Amino acid sequence: MTGVEGYMYPNEIRLYWSVLIVLYPYITGLVAGAFILASLERIFRVEAVKPTYRLALLTAMAFLLDAPLPLLFHLGHPERAWEMYFTPHKTSAMAMFGYVYLWYLMAVLTFEIWLDYRRDIVLRSQQTKGILRVIYKIMTLGSSNISERALNIDERVGWLVTLIGIPSAFLLHGYVGFIFGSLKSNPWWDSPLMPVVFIFSAMVSGIAAVMLFYMLLTKMRHKTIDMRCVDAIAMYMFYIFIIDFSLEMLDLVHRIYEANESFRSLNFLVHTKLYFSQIILQILIGTITPLVLLFITQVVKLPEIARKRMYTVSGILALIGIFAMRWNVVIGGQLFSKSFLGYTSYKIHLVTREGLLVALGLTMLPLIFLWILLKLLPPWEDEGAHAPAAGD
Amino acid sequence: MKTTRRKLLILLPAAAVAWKYVLAGTPEQAPNYTMTDHWWGMLIDISKCIGCGNCVRACQTENDVPDGYFRTWVELYHRSDWHLENPIVISPDGGKEGFPSMKPDPDGEYFFVPKLCNHCADSPCTQVCPVGATFITPDGVVLIDQTYCLGCAYCVQACPYGCRYIHPTKRVADKCTLCYHRITKGLTTACCENCPTGARQLADLKNPNDPIHKFLNTHKVQVLKPQMATGAKVFYNDLDGSVR
Repeated sequence: MTGVEGYMYPNEIRLYWSVLIVLYPYITGLVAGAFILASLERIFRVEAVKPTYRLALLTAMAFLLDAPLPLLFHLGHPERAWEMYFTPHKTSAMAMFGYVYLWYLMAVLTFEIWLDYRRDIVLRSQQTKGILRVIYKIMTLGSSNISERALNIDERVGWLVTLIGIPSAFLLHGYVGFIFGSLKSNPWWDSPLMPVVFIFSAMVSGIAAVMLFYMLLTKMRHKTIDMRCVDAIAMYMFYIFIIDFSLEMLDLVHRIYEANESFRSLNFLVHTKLYFSQIILQILIGTITPLVLLFITQVVKLPEIARKRMYTVSGILALIGIFAMRWNVVIGGQLFSKSFLGYTSYKIHLVTREGLLVALGLTMLPLIFLWILLKLLPPWEDEGAHAPAAGD
Repeated sequence: MKTTRRKLLILLPAAAVAWKYVLAGTPEQAPNYTMTDHWWGMLIDISKCIGCGNCVRACQTENDVPDGYFRTWVELYHRSDWHLENPIVISPDGGKEGFPSMKPDPDGEYFFVPKLCNHCADSPCTQVCPVGATFITPDGVVLIDQTYCLGCAYCVQACPYGCRYIHPTKRVADKCTLCYHRITKGLTTACCENCPTGARQLADLKNPNDPIHKFLNTHKVQVLKPQMATGAKVFYNDLDGSVR
């Protein structure tokens, strides 16, 4: 068969996890990362990143709404997906997805956004007309008390929800890493470091995405970018990126030094079929280049315009690099035979259920969700809903 | 409690759904067959396999296996004394039509290795199935409830032996059932039935009179990838260390 070198077990020639399964950890990673950025302000009192707090929450929500869709498109029988909720198999890591997802969606993110926006929602439900009024009315969930005391309670509960949200974000994405890292059948995946690497790379991608959205949206609104905020975000991104890269290199060095039975096969894979996506795209372009750029911004006093450009390039490259990392994990893990005697190829189709167009659509969809959320719940302090003046 | 017609109308569909889940995971019943009396496995004698492909063809016919997918297949190994760890392996169309004849090689050895699901006692595929559609029966056979499987392919990834695939039209996981529909009726599997040399033997490890016990006591047998600790129950006699 074309695309096969050496010997593959005959059922291994096709790949069973497609680009959609690449998208899934990528998107959940963006959710977790964006939420961690939001928690920096809320829990760790990093005041500098405050302008991105609400935007980070909305970004997390937009991507979270999209997260299960690649899985549903991938399933042979999506109509049976609900079985995971009602009859989960307790020993399966994947069975926990439904619960972790629901917990994160409902108990953490939706609740936190609602608490944070409750005052705005109530005011908008009184100030808007027509269908918007109905939407905001529903969103108040019947709670229209925005007294000082009520808002104070919201603030305290919101803080607690964020506090619970941090381990939940780690759980959401760490568990995705565990799905891969716990498979002893596949030496490319089988690593206890996998969940940790997934979490740190998620943080980098989420932070990069929110930083880019913030800069882009501020520019589109013809407002001034708060450089104190962007500098702080870039600094956090730099340090977390270093941890992420160190963990990935630790995994790599460990594999090279240990050189167990799978090493020869995996080494060949990295130097051939994964050379571009791993060495060039993930490591050189997607990790080392943004790290160097961010390092320069940390040690050299640069003018504002230069910093903005370097942050933008670093953010875009980091997002590309982390997508490549997910690709190399998911697709790379299926390109070699579990006999370690051969290699197969992955050809992405254009208009199949798991093809390129669907993948692109599912990548764009969160941007549409985000646009809707931004319209409904503007995160900008200068556009917030205003309480009616006294005497109104 | 008084049951009204209204309550009954609500309860009946709920009971039907509940009953569906009671039945899910229960293998097809056969009269006079007690599952707990058996513990199935298979013995494969590599020195007897001639690579004729009868087993592959019989399996595909018996189980309606789609083209290009395999519940069982046969590999031809060439292992030279210079490359003990790097054998050359082929399995054209799963060995379905046999193999080209090979010239005797003084520097190495040719041999055939039939493969199938190992019906592991601690099967990784069963462990990872998110809904329990894959399960191990009380008589030791790993089966799939295809009316319940989501088709997520996690089990395919978890199998260290490459024995599973996603059925192209049913869109669910599929693999060797050890011809469960036959063995529960006192028959042997289609592959064993059609093996002309007896290289494949169905084995009931719970039956003290099964010849497997004598064979295991008198031969050096091995399972594939023992380091995986899956409790594989397909035992290979005369297995070369280069086989994976």
